Amino acid sequence: MALLEINKIEKTYFSKTSVTEAIKDINLAVERGEFISIIGPSGCGKTTLLSMISGLLKPTSGTIKLDGKQITKPTPETGYMLQQDYLFPWLSIRRNITLGLKTMGLLTKETECHALHLLNEMGLGEFKDVYPSQLSGGMRQRVALVRMLATQPKLLLLDEPFSALDFQTKLKLEDLVHSTIKEHEKTAILVTHDISEAIAMSDRIVMLSRRPATIHRIFKVPDALKGLEPFEARNTALFNDLFQDIWEELESFEHKRTS
Amino acid sequence: MNTKELHNAYVQGLKREKRFVRITQLSILILFFVSWEFLTSQRILDPLLFSSPSRVWNLLLIRISDGSIFVHSSVTLFETVLGFILGTAMGTAMAAMLWWSRFLSRVMDPYLVVLNSMPKVALGPILIVGLGPGFSSIIAMGALISVIITTLVVYNAFKEVDENYVKVIRSFGATKRKSFFSVILPACFPTIISTLKVNVGLAWVGVIVGEFLVSKQGLGYMIIYGFQVFNFTMVMLSLLIIAVLATCMYQLVELLERKLLKYRG
Repeated sequence: MALLEINKIEKTYFSKTSVTEAIKDINLAVERGEFISIIGPSGCGKTTLLSMISGLLKPTSGTIKLDGKQITKPTPETGYMLQQDYLFPWLSIRRNITLGLKTMGLLTKETECHALHLLNEMGLGEFKDVYPSQLSGGMRQRVALVRMLATQPKLLLLDEPFSALDFQTKLKLEDLVHSTIKEHEKTAILVTHDISEAIAMSDRIVMLSRRPATIHRIFKVPDALKGLEPFEARNTALFNDLFQDIWEELESFEHKRTS
Repeated sequence: MNTKELHNAYVQGLKREKRFVRITQLSILILFFVSWEFLTSQRILDPLLFSSPSRVWNLLLIRISDGSIFVHSSVTLFETVLGFILGTAMGTAMAAMLWWSRFLSRVMDPYLVVLNSMPKVALGPILIVGLGPGFSSIIAMGALISVIITTLVVYNAFKEVDENYVKVIRSFGATKRKSFFSVILPACFPTIISTLKVNVGLAWVGVIVGEFLVSKQGLGYMIIYGFQVFNFTMVMLSLLIIAVLATCMYQLVELLERKLLKYRG
């Protein structure tokens, strides 16, 4: 059985003057340990889809099942990482990374130790007692990663977590996140607008169409690429071929819009 | 010159500037009192209206020796502190209720606008009739004057907290109550502190006006009494004491600010 099953979900937004069909008929199954990327034209509803998987947003119709249980509200089993770190500036790093545990009522000596251990793994152990304003953007995003992992979720939802970082930091962090996720055998869904990031990190790439979004096409990343770290993967010929394919496909949306 | 010397010179420069600021501040204060004394003793300003520092000082000594100044000051201070705390706390609590219920905030909106534009001290006579001419109506006045504006400012701050912080805590399964106490409220501490600073001044206005009306005791009573018997030395003394006490209160709020907002570095 797949870890995550998305079954015929639709989402429609209402306002006083308009009805917007954001997502229409999406079906997807994500296997345990898989890394999926979701790409698509801007404004197509990628984040909406992610919010529904997390349980923060209810689909208009259709079901989403995690481990066979239907998701109706946020569960401890999923972790969510946003475009920016959104660390709480008034809490020290230690309090920030244990925020999830505390909110769920799971904060014990043991779980706090685990969180601090993760912080050490990210090379930030010495910063546990400082406040977020004293860290750089890349460090803060790593802390946000620890905050998400500390509650030991099964499914990680990453909403363009690298988009606010400079290029060098982004490349390093991609490697770090990739290896951390593989090491901890987590399942992850990454929303991104960056084709190379999607190829470098994932096992499958799901391309959504323009609004109302449906799955336009699913690309399988070749096994030869999957084994590589994101940074190495970027330097291979296979990478470039896949990049071209996806690029052309995305471009075709643009043409349809302008013509 | 190497960098160390340059740094030393820079630090020296900073110190010199700070000293200069302090000396100028002190000079203005001294100049003020000296010219006040001089102008009234030369009868350029009428000492009956403007009193003089030496008369105020003498009166202060008399009032200290008979102890009455402590009674009046402590009564006023007590009322002000209580009015200030009540006003801020009730304002914040009301803001929380408005944040909690969109329905309530939409219903209350026009009433808050009306109440905010209304001069609260005009309600003084009604308060005195309702609560009796004593502590309670004066404290109520101190609180009333700041509660509506606190509600409006803090409620706006609650609304403007970045939705994504709430998203973070909600993704951990937090309830609305938990989101409020672990995100909305702490995120708004800077705003709440700055309303505290405004409320220090407002509470003094409310309490002094309250004492004008009740006219029993307190510094406001001393002002109105001094005015009625044309003893302006007493009025000036009360004003100076209010200035000192209000400044102390403001400094305490700043101390609280440094404690609560130390994460800003």
